[in-house]
Amino acid sequence: MLVTENVSLVIVSHSPDVARGTADMVRQMVGDEVKVAYCGGDPDGGLGTDVQKILRAIDEAWSPRGVAILVDLGGAETNSEMAIEMLPEERRGRVVLCNSPLVEGAIMAATEASGGASLAEVCATAEELSPR
Amino acid sequence: MTAFSDPASNPLARQSVTASVRLRHEAGLHARPAVKLTKLAKKFASKISLAISVEGPWIDAKSIVKLMGAKTPRDSLLVFRAEGADAQAAVDALVSLVERDFPDEP
Repeated sequence: MLVTENVSLVIVSHSPDVARGTADMVRQMVGDEVKVAYCGGDPDGGLGTDVQKILRAIDEAWSPRGVAILVDLGGAETNSEMAIEMLPEERRGRVVLCNSPLVEGAIMAATEASGGASLAEVCATAEELSPR
Repeated sequence: MTAFSDPASNPLARQSVTASVRLRHEAGLHARPAVKLTKLAKKFASKISLAISVEGPWIDAKSIVKLMGAKTPRDSLLVFRAEGADAQAAVDALVSLVERDFPDEP
């Protein structure tokens, strides 16, 4: 199956190590039929998130089926929202922020995406984990 | 509409197939086996349910969240029930995956 046929994921954490580790878990547990890009850390190398890094990760992961973004805390969410707003109009509607725990949500989202599910289904699967 | 007297001759007939297998995997149906099982189930068009008893309760075998949430321990009976045109192939493949202890290449 072509990688581009599936929704892909972007992992955004305050910590570059958490982001990379989460992406590793997705690749090892789910496989490589779902593209995963990740970013973490502020521009100075400290803990934090950075809109430009998030935009690059979205670009790297881009799939015409859409991109699901998984985030950890606070700024990761607001900066991801900002990155989505800065996307070219034709891409903006195909990128969605999932409201789920980062690591667990990423595994669930990737498993769902690997079967060819839509962006809405992928996000809904990750969000099933979140107590409301 | 054409009537089919013999369901086997009708490719559109909804077949229901059930089979069970004992889960011998050391840690039970934990994360990696659950992901493999879900991914395999998603390859089939049939509706596929899973229970630890023929009486149910049944969960959707294509839902990774439900499968992991079930926290099925080692030595449980896994009962697969598939409904649809490829039900037999689906159940055979899933039982085989469990029997072969969730190999990396299915």
